[in-house]
Amino acid sequence: MRSFTYERVETPAAATAAFARTPGARFIAGGTNLLDLMKLEIETPAHLIDVSRLALDKIEATAEGGLRIGAMVRNTDLASDARVRKDYGLLSRALVAGASGQLRNKATTAGNLLQRTRCPYFYDTNQPCNKRKAGSGCAAIGGFNRLHAVVGASEACIATHPSDMAVAMRALDAAVETVDAAGKARSIRLADFYRAPGTTPHLETVLAPGELITAVTLPKPVGGTHIYHKVRDRASYAFALISVGAIVQPDGTGRIALGGVGYKPWRVEAAEADLPRGAKAVAAGLLAGAKTTHENAYKLPLVERTLAGVLAQAKG
Amino acid sequence: MQTPGDFDLSRRGVLVGGAASVAAATIVPAGGADAAPAATPASPPTAKVRFDVNGTARELELDTRTSLLDALREHLQLTGTKKGCDHGQCGACTVIVDGRRINSCLTLAVMHEGDRITTIEGLGLPDKLHPMQAAFIEHDGYQCGYCTPGQICSAVAVLDEIRAGVPSHVTADLGAAPQISAPELRERMSGNICRCGAYSNIIDAITDVAGAKA
Amino acid sequence: MKFDTPATTNPIDQMKVVGKPTNRIDGPLKTTGTAPYAYERHDVAANQAYGYVVGAAIAKGRIASMTLDAAKAAPGVIAIVTADNAGTLGKGDFNTARLLGGPGIEHYHQAIALIVAETFEQARAAAALVRVEYAREKGAFDLAAAVDTAIKPKASFGTEPDSAVGNFAAAFAAAPVQVDARYTTPDHSHAMMEPHATIAAWEGDKLTVWTSNQMIAWSVGDMAKTLGIPKENIRFDSPYIGGGFGGKLFNRADVLLAALGARIAKRPVKVALSRPLMINNTTHRPATIQRVRLGATADGKLTAIGHESWSGDLPGGGPETAVAQTRLLYAGENRMTAMRLAVLDLPEGNAMRAPGEAPGLMALEIAVDELAEKLGMDPVAVRVLNDTQVDPEKPSRPFSQRQLNKCLETGAEKFGWAKRSAKPGTTRDGRWLVGMGVAAAFRNNLNGPSAARVRLARSGVVTVETDMTDIGTGTYTIVAQTAAEMMGVPLDKVVVKLGDSAFPVSAGSGGQWGANSSTAGVYAACVKLREAVAQKLGMNAADAVFADGQVKAGRRRAALGDAAADGELVAEDNMEYGDLADKYQQSTFGAHFAEVGVDAATGEIRIRRMLAVCAAGRILNPKAARSQVIGAMTMGAGAALMEELAVDKRFGFFVNHDLAGYEVPVHADIPHQEVIFLDEADPTTSPMKAKGVGELGICGVAAAVANAVYNATGVRVRNYPITLDKLLDKLPDMA
Repeated sequence: MRSFTYERVETPAAATAAFARTPGARFIAGGTNLLDLMKLEIETPAHLIDVSRLALDKIEATAEGGLRIGAMVRNTDLASDARVRKDYGLLSRALVAGASGQLRNKATTAGNLLQRTRCPYFYDTNQPCNKRKAGSGCAAIGGFNRLHAVVGASEACIATHPSDMAVAMRALDAAVETVDAAGKARSIRLADFYRAPGTTPHLETVLAPGELITAVTLPKPVGGTHIYHKVRDRASYAFALISVGAIVQPDGTGRIALGGVGYKPWRVEAAEADLPRGAKAVAAGLLAGAKTTHENAYKLPLVERTLAGVLAQAKG
Repeated sequence: MQTPGDFDLSRRGVLVGGAASVAAATIVPAGGADAAPAATPASPPTAKVRFDVNGTARELELDTRTSLLDALREHLQLTGTKKGCDHGQCGACTVIVDGRRINSCLTLAVMHEGDRITTIEGLGLPDKLHPMQAAFIEHDGYQCGYCTPGQICSAVAVLDEIRAGVPSHVTADLGAAPQISAPELRERMSGNICRCGAYSNIIDAITDVAGAKA
Repeated sequence: MKFDTPATTNPIDQMKVVGKPTNRIDGPLKTTGTAPYAYERHDVAANQAYGYVVGAAIAKGRIASMTLDAAKAAPGVIAIVTADNAGTLGKGDFNTARLLGGPGIEHYHQAIALIVAETFEQARAAAALVRVEYAREKGAFDLAAAVDTAIKPKASFGTEPDSAVGNFAAAFAAAPVQVDARYTTPDHSHAMMEPHATIAAWEGDKLTVWTSNQMIAWSVGDMAKTLGIPKENIRFDSPYIGGGFGGKLFNRADVLLAALGARIAKRPVKVALSRPLMINNTTHRPATIQRVRLGATADGKLTAIGHESWSGDLPGGGPETAVAQTRLLYAGENRMTAMRLAVLDLPEGNAMRAPGEAPGLMALEIAVDELAEKLGMDPVAVRVLNDTQVDPEKPSRPFSQRQLNKCLETGAEKFGWAKRSAKPGTTRDGRWLVGMGVAAAFRNNLNGPSAARVRLARSGVVTVETDMTDIGTGTYTIVAQTAAEMMGVPLDKVVVKLGDSAFPVSAGSGGQWGANSSTAGVYAACVKLREAVAQKLGMNAADAVFADGQVKAGRRRAALGDAAADGELVAEDNMEYGDLADKYQQSTFGAHFAEVGVDAATGEIRIRRMLAVCAAGRILNPKAARSQVIGAMTMGAGAALMEELAVDKRFGFFVNHDLAGYEVPVHADIPHQEVIFLDEADPTTSPMKAKGVGELGICGVAAAVANAVYNATGVRVRNYPITLDKLLDKLPDMA
């Protein structure tokens, strides 16, 4: 881990100002992924701005009938919130399917969205990885890629985004609120938040340098049955092979988002129109254009079968 | 299958040479970080931090890079908290901070200004065992003992989490308060790996302390 | 003491202390975090510096150049150890690859440098500043591709690579019912919770290492050979070991580099291997490809048993002895086994819990399940039918004890085996397909010479000293129980000191030989101490009765401590073995039963119930022994369902080299586990009449789970681990 200077800030404005002032700065909140990567020198900030004590730890009702979740709300607190449990069960379910109790006590809402891939080649600095070092190559292509992406990948990168929470957020039409160094706030639909790897897999989100996430907003509840099925070899404390987040309405319509298949939580709204026709049709739409390897081709039937199981469960 | 041998790196991935490329030596850069070395200052930045450990106020001046785990083990010589992986993958470093269990390896000590930290030594000592420690002994909920302090800190916090109504992956009804049961305990304890495989006994020990039937 | 005739009645048979499910005496230390592990010994040497290991970035080749300038100039750096300044180093007998590489590189993450700095943070940061250029050479990394190059290895530990009895080929060809199948088991990692760690300090030419090591005397000898110094100048101290499973049988880079670092830095140095380095830097259980052929009569009698295994290792390494159990487990007149070894340039393969039997039974016990199905017989019945009470290769040689059938039958009854549907894929519980599986467990019992010293103080306290280790096995407790039984004192009057090479040489912890061997050594020393006590008290040793802290002979009676009234009494002895293990085949047996649920949609496999029934001689402490077995069952569950080191066949390394990538079971994977020990005492093994049990527990577990998955789904998977991607296309349609 490289040496870094450290400061703690009390307001978002102080955070973004500190970023603008200090070359090589990074924000740190829960730190559960950033420190992990700093130990391996995959992340090498020269300055850490501790935003963990910003007063962004509230979950509030919005005027539109939705929720505004502060960026610093811990995963445990978000999963436990009575309103989330009642109206956004999918989010609560996805959160508690992720990581471990200890990590959820630390990890924040904003940090969860920004966590980086778990591709083992990304984690090994001896190996080529375009995400870690632009232009160095992708060792996962042609290597061990059982866990890798089947949709949205590029010839430069086939990594997946590991978040469970983000899958639920995507199905719930969440938006990310930010503020930049100039004090300018904006809201970004989660659908637009992650960048496709293309030839630049090291660029992962649309956030500008120094832009700070302040909250995630959820529109008003949509009702329905909320199911999050995370499929993994180990029963707990493991990243998803794939996951299916579903909101199914009594009339059979609904929303589906997938985890573990691409560089972002994967949702294809057009495919949802096929929900009344069943899992096969929806999966075909969701995974249109999928490109698999010898090791991860199983993800296509797995998505379809898991979705079928979820839809059967939703019917009761 | 792929033939081991030369490879070139390109944006299209790692191109592995064919059988014809027989073992020609290729110089590859490797080792350590990819980025150019940063200019290293004469001495690394430090920061002061004050926190309470097991009821005792502590003040440390630390290299900012020091994890809470290393602050406890190396600076305060409280070695009951274990380093199993240093990457949040095993739970051996679990401590309780302000009433919540966390992985002390994945948090910087300097971020804990003013915090109240409880380690295994703070729960109990050999002549004054915490009920959870006593139950682990009675149920043989450990073997090599290395994951044990983390398991015990986690177990104590898990019972509090259930009482506080925090849901888990196996909680059937998000609208109801979670109950203490073997499946709930197993799921919630899953962030604490025990390679010796004492799990079945650990769940018996926690169940015993919780006063519930397994 | 020499043990060369079967034991008769002795003080251990009183079973007042031995055989009781006593809580571990080290429990209060371990549960409070006050048991000191290697890296935590702040008290043993002042001014400890921190070492951080740099691993090679290639699997095979040479270091073309190494630039240390930036690392040397980094804050806090005291010294850097590389092959260039380490001096001439030998290689230990138990190491295949060198512990410090350079300029030649033998495997990925082979240690090439140690950075010694004032703090851990400084050492780690400076390690990243080491610049290395490599000349990469072609290597062999794919076992399947290397099979054709595999050769017949030389015999190791007296085991020939091939065996043959009768005419296997003819008998198999003629058998009306045949199984001929190939199975694969992947590379496994020990993944013990405590990383390999050492503090080293020199005093003149004398080296002390506080380390984490299962086999103290072996490792002292190997370190002497590696450093080129006399054994007498080296002390190992390893009182607490955070798990080993075979991964700490031998010296690893931490101990050598700590010693070299301390020599060059001229101060004590502490080194722990970082978790992401451990898997490729240290040893692993090698992958196997196995072919099992079974030929049987229509009524289920085995007539032909053939088992072949291919594995790989670095040049100079050995095979995974996966066929070993097949020579002894079942009757059958015509038999063959063969092992073949390929050169692979992956990290060093070596022993992991039940080497040989663990992967061997993963294959053999699926094959027996397949045979049972072809025969239309119950898998328990097929095994019972083919029991043998003698060594099948040498019928004049009986098993000392063999209750395999009773294990199987007891387990079947307790587990509710009768409720199993013989037709696979027919039991359903909601979304779960449910199935049951069984497998036999077999592991040879090994005994090794083991010495101990016992001291009697005036207070009546008995202190045991031996270099035996407790790797979580319960050694502290069973050694104390043995001494307490022998000397007639309560457990709290016994102090046990372990793991110090200054103590008499024990059998160490490996091959499940530790419990019986080390307690037998304590027994021998206690016999001598009893003689000394009797002599001191003027009693005839043969008549003296040691009980309740007193010694009685006829009408005479004295407190035990009185014998040490004018000074501590010390006795030492070494238990050695005659040829009983040649006359009798000493083995341990068991039966594993598992019930699994398989998600009909996703193929996710979850274990619902597990039972082991074990026949393993006298159980010295049923509580600790049960823990050994449930722990082994857990590791077996991992082998069945998730554990696999993923090989990058281009670059030659294990890709998933941390605890997030290499999945081992967590709490949620493991149900409540039941263990039953059959009542046994084997007088041929030692005066303790005990055998090993810690490795028996893993033998057969994975196959029982695999057979349960088959019973649940009708899908036979022969390539471990059994993951959902191998089931998916054969599960019932979801439409």
